[in-house]
Amino acid sequence: MTTAVPASPDDSAAAAASANATPVLECRNLSISYYTRAGEIPAVVDFNMRLMPGEAQGIVGESGCGKSTVALAIMNYMGQNGAIVGGEILFQGRDMTTMSQEELRQLRGSQIAMVYQEPMASLNPSMKVGEQLIEVPIYHENASLEEATARAETMLANVRLPDPGRIMGAYPHQISGGQQQRVVIAMALLSNPKLLLLDEPTTALDVTVEAGIVDLIREIAQAYGTSMIYISHNLGLILETCDRITVMYSGEAVEFGDIRTVFNNMRHPYTRGLFNSIPLPTANKSSRPLVPIRGQLPLPHLRPRGCNFGPRCDYYDETRCNAGPIPMYDVKADTNQKVRCVRFDEIDWAAAVPKPDEREKVQPGDVVLRVDDMTKHYEIEGAGLLVSGAKKTIKANQSLSFNAREAETVAIVGESGCGKSTFAKVLMGLETATAGNVQLGNVELADLPVETRDESTISKLQMVFQNPFDTLNPSHTVGSQIARVIRKFGVERDQEKVDARVMDLLDTVKLPRDFAKRRPRQLSGGQKQRVGIARAFAGDPNVVIADEPVSALDVSVQAAVTGLLMDIQRENRTTLLFISHDLSVVRYLADRIVVMYLGLIMEQGTTDDIFAPPYHPYTEALLSAVPIADTNVKKRKVVLKGEIPSAANPPKGCPFSTRCPYVMPGLCDVEMPPLKPFGARGHQILCHLDDAELTGMEPVIALPTSGEAAE
Amino acid sequence: MAVTTQTPPGPTLFQRLQSSRSIILLLLLMWVPLTLYVMFGDYLPRDGQDLVLLPAIPATLLLYCVAVYSWRESPIAVIGVTLVFFWLLVAVTAPFLPIVDPNKPIAPFTLPGVEKRDHLFLLGADFKGRDLLSRALWGCQRVLVWGVTATLVAYVVGSFLGLVAGYLGGWWDQVISFLSNVLLSFPVMVLFILILNYLGPSGFNIIIAVTFASAPAIMRIVRGLTLDTKTRDYIFAAQTRGEHPLWIMIVELLPNARGPIIVDACLRLGYTTVAITTLTFLGLGLQPPDPDWGLMIKEAAQVAMLWKFSYMLLIPALSVSSLILGFNLMADGLREMSLRD
Repeated sequence: MTTAVPASPDDSAAAAASANATPVLECRNLSISYYTRAGEIPAVVDFNMRLMPGEAQGIVGESGCGKSTVALAIMNYMGQNGAIVGGEILFQGRDMTTMSQEELRQLRGSQIAMVYQEPMASLNPSMKVGEQLIEVPIYHENASLEEATARAETMLANVRLPDPGRIMGAYPHQISGGQQQRVVIAMALLSNPKLLLLDEPTTALDVTVEAGIVDLIREIAQAYGTSMIYISHNLGLILETCDRITVMYSGEAVEFGDIRTVFNNMRHPYTRGLFNSIPLPTANKSSRPLVPIRGQLPLPHLRPRGCNFGPRCDYYDETRCNAGPIPMYDVKADTNQKVRCVRFDEIDWAAAVPKPDEREKVQPGDVVLRVDDMTKHYEIEGAGLLVSGAKKTIKANQSLSFNAREAETVAIVGESGCGKSTFAKVLMGLETATAGNVQLGNVELADLPVETRDESTISKLQMVFQNPFDTLNPSHTVGSQIARVIRKFGVERDQEKVDARVMDLLDTVKLPRDFAKRRPRQLSGGQKQRVGIARAFAGDPNVVIADEPVSALDVSVQAAVTGLLMDIQRENRTTLLFISHDLSVVRYLADRIVVMYLGLIMEQGTTDDIFAPPYHPYTEALLSAVPIADTNVKKRKVVLKGEIPSAANPPKGCPFSTRCPYVMPGLCDVEMPPLKPFGARGHQILCHLDDAELTGMEPVIALPTSGEAAE
Repeated sequence: MAVTTQTPPGPTLFQRLQSSRSIILLLLLMWVPLTLYVMFGDYLPRDGQDLVLLPAIPATLLLYCVAVYSWRESPIAVIGVTLVFFWLLVAVTAPFLPIVDPNKPIAPFTLPGVEKRDHLFLLGADFKGRDLLSRALWGCQRVLVWGVTATLVAYVVGSFLGLVAGYLGGWWDQVISFLSNVLLSFPVMVLFILILNYLGPSGFNIIIAVTFASAPAIMRIVRGLTLDTKTRDYIFAAQTRGEHPLWIMIVELLPNARGPIIVDACLRLGYTTVAITTLTFLGLGLQPPDPDWGLMIKEAAQVAMLWKFSYMLLIPALSVSSLILGFNLMADGLREMSLRD
């Protein structure tokens, strides 16, 4: 099984003609540097790429690996301090590095188009969507206004936007994030480009919306035959969209090949490390735990000699790996897989999978946190110009009920607007509940704001935050911020004992002790998140709420931080409420899962119950939307239409009825569905569908049977 | 337990001076004696009066070195700092300089560079025969001390109001913002004249007037910064820790607003210096006979109509300009540095 299965007819044609056709884009030994006060910083070194017509190539890597720099270099748009210092970029055979500004301006936007991560930043907020779209044909092809308008409207329909006429007349802020990104893609396609650059086009979107965009991108590739370069940190997305993949690390391409070859037979230790650190469906807390890549990405001016990955590599050979620059080697004569490693044919790749965790499974204890019918409504004033409008109620949380036991991990899963942040605020006492009860031990928290809680109650309930760059105060040292918590909660009062406890906590989160004197800006994202964890555990909490604690981190660091969180939890028998939108992480670490949508719990149960039928239709879609970086896993495709409704104006009846593929008009959109219990372990589904239909659903994710597993 | 293992080589004395704690100490060491000397000089014993300033001299020199060293990347900031510290150094060393008593009449209308009655008038003498060099040098004391103190008080009041309005929001914000809008709607000079006419001209009343005029603008800056910072997770963390709002405002929020505040403060020091000089010129500020640039301009205004005597006007005017230029260049340099990286 060496040849890749072509993803589309275009691709097979391209593959057949690849020997003699001119590539759309070719990078030869490309080197890019930035010039700063610290001197020349090499951002990308010796990068090669050959993109044939109709082909989609993925560039994957962690932040700082140079993948976006490559995209900017292809656009030849690197700002004042960036420059191509070596090699050439050939666009349809012409060297772009020697083109004049005017020639480049002609190419950009017409022959080469780019879609960026943040759709709102790509659109001009003061111009109507239509005006921005019709500029493209008018400017690049001297089209008439009528023709341009007609083409813009057709293109909007082609990117599956409902009611193109209305969207044309809307300002960017009047449409949702997913719709904005579709507009940006439409704008990129309007000039019929030969090459489309997508730089993390779905990272800012919700998973179910992301699934729709990914679908669209795939369709475009087939319909228009556009060559694409898809840049992402998410291996699963690359698998779903691309034919070939380049893995980048620290400014270099370390592995290249057909997507299936690389995913099934990776030959670079870094690629192997990446796959070991992402929560694939085959990963399991005990039998196949995640293994983080140790160490950190080297700064561009402090890269080691020889292999950049050397200091973090398990197969590092002192004499050979640091001898000098390493070229790309061909792995086998008959495939196009290339790898930048001197030892790729010596390593026993079958043994490079993680070893099972021998520790005993943690048994959950008594119920610690009991949420009963908790409801939180916000009153907002309608927007009247002079007189205040009618009062409106936002139902942020509607009768939430669930329990969390000691030493148990309960995941709360949902997309933006599902009410998980409001729930966290009520728990932490920044808001009080409108109705219902929240009991922590014997203390009733629902109507107890944080000012009236006593220190022991506050210290029992702590939080780990999402954004590592926001979680620590940049003006104070790491040590002083942890010490403040210790003193505030009265764990220790004596200066020396406080210091000792700070050191203990730094040891627990595996940070060097001299970090206590550092300021947050001297720390990397993962290190900051560790400090955030140390701070949360400083007061010996019973319950820790982790609000997407790893979603902003790089994958290799994610594994380390989740592992750490779980180790500390195991040791202290803490209850962990893990808020997330990423079902693959949740599957890996949660014992029980609560799925929320627009303030309501749609389904809850043990992790196994949630991942196997019967599903709530929303859970089904959510499971299907998560990209999986495993070629052996078969996934049933359920793509939702539309966007998440606004919480201020939810649908009557079931909130999911507007997007549900099983919707029964006249019932679902009028009446609130009943809560149906399944099984004895507390599996509950909020749905109108009858039991037979729910249990009759097919599994979304089909794992390979042990016989046909990888290799 | 003590952390004794392998302390890295200790920082040099100079690096130690750059820590915020020692800079604050040096600032106090420079500022307290100078303020004491200028504001409360009359209450000090006649003979020992000048000795008060002695500790301020080394502190000023050290601060200058630290400032030049840490801002060496920006030539603009270094020029600004040099101008400001020139006047600061003159202010703290004035009693020890070999210059004559600024209030002693010697030879009226002596032109610059002319020697009369055994005294060389380098910059000439004014209409009462007082040495202009001496008056210009002594004059910086009052302008600097009252100007900086007034700005400082305005900043304390303005920042606090800004923190309260931004962090607590709601009713607090509405009241404070409304009052500041009312104050901002007055032309600054009208406000000054109103307040000083009502309270009577004196240094302390200048502080009150400057506070009323500047605090609303400062409050708006700090309020804006606070609104941005208060949505950060670390503020959320402090709230869920049950911290008092006052603690959050002063310990968590204020230090993160310091960058823009410092830049704005440098600019505002310039405005305040202009304002004080103008007020003195109008007769609403500091009172004669002690030298003061505004006063010198006022006194020279009549005589300097004659081209021959324009130096009487030019010398104090240039002095004021150089100080304000120093503050403004400092602000520019700091802003430029904060924009880099």
